[in-house]
Amino acid sequence: MRYIAKRLGLFLVTLWAALTVNFLLPRVMPGNEAEAVYASMRNAPPSVLRALEVEFGVNVKQNVVLTYFQYLGNCFTGQFGLTVDRVPVMTKIMTSLPWTLGLVGVATIISFGLGTLLGVVAAWRRGGKLDSVLPPLLFIVTAFPVFFLGLLLLLIFAVTLGWFPTNGNYSLGSTPSLSPAFIGDVLSHAFLPALTLVLTLAGTWVYTMRNNMVTTLAEDYVRMARAKGLAPWRIMLDYSARNAILPNLTGFAMQMGFVLGGAILVEYTFSYPGVGYLFFTATDTHDLPLMEALFLLFTLAVLICVLAADFATAVLDPRTRET
Amino acid sequence: MAAPAMEANLSAAPATQEGFGRASFQRFSAAILRNRKATAGLLLLLFLAFVAAFPQVFTRVDPNAAIYPQAVGPSGAHWLGTTQVGQDVYAQLIWGTRLTLIITVVAGGGATLLSVLFGVAAAYFGGMVDRVLSVFIDIFLIIPTLPLLIILAAYLTGAGTVAIIAALIVTGWAFSARQLRSQGLSLRTRDFLEAARVRGERSMYVIFAEILPTMTSLLVANFMGLATYMVATAAGLQFLGLGNTSEVTWGTMLYYAQNNDAIQGGSNPWWALAPGFAVVLMGVAFALLNYAFDEIGNPALRAVRRPRARRAA
Repeated sequence: MRYIAKRLGLFLVTLWAALTVNFLLPRVMPGNEAEAVYASMRNAPPSVLRALEVEFGVNVKQNVVLTYFQYLGNCFTGQFGLTVDRVPVMTKIMTSLPWTLGLVGVATIISFGLGTLLGVVAAWRRGGKLDSVLPPLLFIVTAFPVFFLGLLLLLIFAVTLGWFPTNGNYSLGSTPSLSPAFIGDVLSHAFLPALTLVLTLAGTWVYTMRNNMVTTLAEDYVRMARAKGLAPWRIMLDYSARNAILPNLTGFAMQMGFVLGGAILVEYTFSYPGVGYLFFTATDTHDLPLMEALFLLFTLAVLICVLAADFATAVLDPRTRET
Repeated sequence: MAAPAMEANLSAAPATQEGFGRASFQRFSAAILRNRKATAGLLLLLFLAFVAAFPQVFTRVDPNAAIYPQAVGPSGAHWLGTTQVGQDVYAQLIWGTRLTLIITVVAGGGATLLSVLFGVAAAYFGGMVDRVLSVFIDIFLIIPTLPLLIILAAYLTGAGTVAIIAALIVTGWAFSARQLRSQGLSLRTRDFLEAARVRGERSMYVIFAEILPTMTSLLVANFMGLATYMVATAAGLQFLGLGNTSEVTWGTMLYYAQNNDAIQGGSNPWWALAPGFAVVLMGVAFALLNYAFDEIGNPALRAVRRPRARRAA
């Protein structure tokens, strides 16, 4: 219980830190959203800038402490204000979010499952065929920056072979429905971005899982299990893999930030209209409110994953319950 | 009881330290030469450093001169084709090596320094300092790096390469700091640190002269790992058009190639492929050295040689 309380404390502190960074950055750094919009207009009189400043609520002379607490309140009620093109930030995020959730969610689960399994088997047959083929292969794949791997897959499978579309989430002109044709269209658009993410992510899991397994396989309780004559698969899964996966769970959650970063680059490469792509367009148009809200969303996503991993560790590992 | 031991320690300290330094250097170079990964990584890195230092040896073409036919594929005159505005891609690739390598090494080195500062200090001082620093490290681990980096870079538009390097360092050090902290914690109770403490050495001396030398292979491995990360991250950032896009690096080449549909439009795919593979090559060089130093520091990770293992069993 103390373990969970401690982790919950970290959750709150990190959330607060992210919120504060978000609050401070626009105030420390030069430029604001009113100036960004004003710069995009030609020959607008200075009075327009003043009006924009009022609209976005910037450059308003007010007590900083008071503004800070107002900001915290707004964040908790989901009021992130307007984007540069005057649409509520939340509306924009909500239209992009499902695409990213689908893409990143599926890719993460596949890569974690596949990576862990391969790592377990590679370590179990240490020095065997899989163990000698996998490391160099993964090593090469993980050396590819995620966006360049995406570009390569794009060149091979979309441009040269023409098997998959080059960009977007579904074909222009088709109307979203639950018909098999439309679902197939969506899947063929998601395939290459998802494959890019799976390939870049799985490598890390194989590598860490293999090394954890190698360590647990040398433990006395594994030797004991072998001496008892237990079935090899029980030793592999119940005795070694179960213990080897523990440190990996938190690592998995911590990596979510990396996954989201990868998603931004992948969505940009494939012009896939999820929140990653939205985040990129927000930085491109200097849409500060949208940028900040998305940054908070990303941080929150990682935090929730970390907390979920902590709960799972507490359930699986009796040692954490006592300390 | 402790007095004679302390005396022995005092008199022996300078001699052993000097010996340790030279021996560890010899041990290191021997380890690099014996480890195939390390040798390959080192050769690759030396080659890239040579290209970065003497680009004139490889090309006489000005990478910025837009004087050639536009967006044509590889040919005898232009080995990797030309860009949309008629620059030579090969010349850009060669000249881009320099800044790419500088960004990587400086950002990797800066992040290593920061991680030593936070990680080793947390382990050495322990108690309240450790708790505060650990929370600080954890926060930086959890906050998604690339989005934060993109926000920083977006605010720093036009601020140039130095600002980008600073942003890379600030967002990249945390993971390494945690590793160094746990390594430092495992050293805390060793006798030689007890001895230094009993001698009344200052904490700065203990950290830099006693703790860090014993961590050399871990430090080198961390630097290599961070450099690997920096190559890809800096390229990704520049690929998105952040940072100074008027300077020739592999990342900015990829940015212009993508913006002109070099791959999707199929005009000259090598405009994107060449810098992309170059980024991979530099990443591989650092990653090979990283893995090698991991193995040097942690023999358990070394590949098992079957016949020997069987004989031992």
